[in-house]
Amino acid sequence: MIEVKDLCFTYPTGVEALKGITLTIDDGEFLAIMGQNGAGKTTLVKHFNGLLKPTKGEVVVDGVTTGEVSVAQLARKVGFVFQNPDHQLFCETVEEEVAFALRNFGFEENAIKKRVDWALNLLDITQYRQTSPFMLSGGERKRVALASVLAWDPQVVILDEPTIGQDHQQKEKLRQFIVQLNAQKKTVIVVTHDVEFVAECNPRVVLMTEGKILAEGPAEEILTNQKLVAQASIVPPQITQIFLGLSDFGLPTNVIDVHEARRILLDILEGAS
Amino acid sequence: MVLTGPSGCGKTTLCRCFNGLIPLFYGGKLEGEVVVAGCKVVEHSIYELARHVGLVFQNPENQLFALSVEKDVAFGLENLAVPRDEMRKRVDWALQITGIEDLSERPPHELSGGQQQRVAIACVLAMQPDVMILDEPTSFLDPVGAQKIFEVINELNKELGITVILVEHRLDLASKYANHVIVMDEGKVVLDGEPRGVFNSEKARLIGVGVPKATRLYQILGENGIRLGRVPVTSEEAASLLREVLKRD
Repeated sequence: MIEVKDLCFTYPTGVEALKGITLTIDDGEFLAIMGQNGAGKTTLVKHFNGLLKPTKGEVVVDGVTTGEVSVAQLARKVGFVFQNPDHQLFCETVEEEVAFALRNFGFEENAIKKRVDWALNLLDITQYRQTSPFMLSGGERKRVALASVLAWDPQVVILDEPTIGQDHQQKEKLRQFIVQLNAQKKTVIVVTHDVEFVAECNPRVVLMTEGKILAEGPAEEILTNQKLVAQASIVPPQITQIFLGLSDFGLPTNVIDVHEARRILLDILEGAS
Repeated sequence: MVLTGPSGCGKTTLCRCFNGLIPLFYGGKLEGEVVVAGCKVVEHSIYELARHVGLVFQNPENQLFALSVEKDVAFGLENLAVPRDEMRKRVDWALQITGIEDLSERPPHELSGGQQQRVAIACVLAMQPDVMILDEPTSFLDPVGAQKIFEVINELNKELGITVILVEHRLDLASKYANHVIVMDEGKVVLDGEPRGVFNSEKARLIGVGVPKATRLYQILGENGIRLGRVPVTSEEAASLLREVLKRD
């Protein structure tokens, strides 16, 4: 469990990035943090593995106050995949990259090999095992970064903009994998602008603006609230937009999923004819 | 034109052929011919091609290097020896149109990913090229910010006649501005046409193109025997087509 209590953070430059955040994230939860550029989303999640320490307030991960332990101690429990893979990748081959953290954590060579194989296969990059990450496409580099964190099987996985550069099939695989992690009681926290991805996953959403939490709740509640969405500089999913445009027919306006949309429309049209 | 296709299919590689980075910078073996704005790419240097073709990189950090945003935006114009007054005008225009005037004195490497993407776009805009290539230019931007950028690009296309090539996966956001879509797969162009036809094709489905949800809803309803008048790409189109069907009943 992650508990954030009245968290404030000011960067050394004087920028006040977080202004009193209180939030509880349970084990096995899937949480999406959304909101405009500069709202403090990345700053907030950097507190979960101790990369940043609170200026005021506290963050407690599984009973441990982050201010009292090192990033290295927290890393085993909390894995963080950066927004820009180039900030994370540095090894000569994809294989070494994925094995790096495992070696640091002192895994046996046998276990390392198994976990690397597993992670490469999961992210569909086995064919690049001996390739330099820097020879890969943007989307593929992003998947190497993901593999290198998932390999050590952390209890909490933080993914900063995981869908950047990913095609539809890769996004669908990512969604299924997150569902699996949740089933194993692992916590997944995603920072994203990808409204359509969130609409497909329907996680709990925390909406941020100017260093504060604007609202939180299920995706179908938050993403269909036009006022909140506009305040957070995001746009409703396309299916929601369609249903908002049909509200005078008495259709519900809280629809985010295409299959739910089909069901509602079929009920009305088949009921009428 | 929107260029899309599975991750790793060659979209970025193709874009690098348009301004001569391939083969002049990246090397490798190139066959066939690329002609951009009347210039055969292999017969010109990158700096000559840069007058005609502007490329906004996927990762803005690979493009920005100056000590202030303003200097970065002016850099291309300095190289083209644009007169000072004209340069001033174009830099201000590009900063204003991308909404980053207040960042003009800031060092680009200290900005957020979304802000850097705006700077990278401003750098290329200032050059006013004939062809603008944008490789996932809004991936770090929030949806409203992304929409604003797409609208600016759309205006440049309509008003200045700049050819725009947009590499995108988020088709729900980008499609409404496109009149031409190309889908690549495994290093080849596999679909090439106007958006409705491409998105609604069996092939797009098989390759796994994430077609706009409006198009997807049209397809799913069709499978259930409900036919809308035409293939929608935007939510507005889908809503008005559904409106007709709902009224009929």
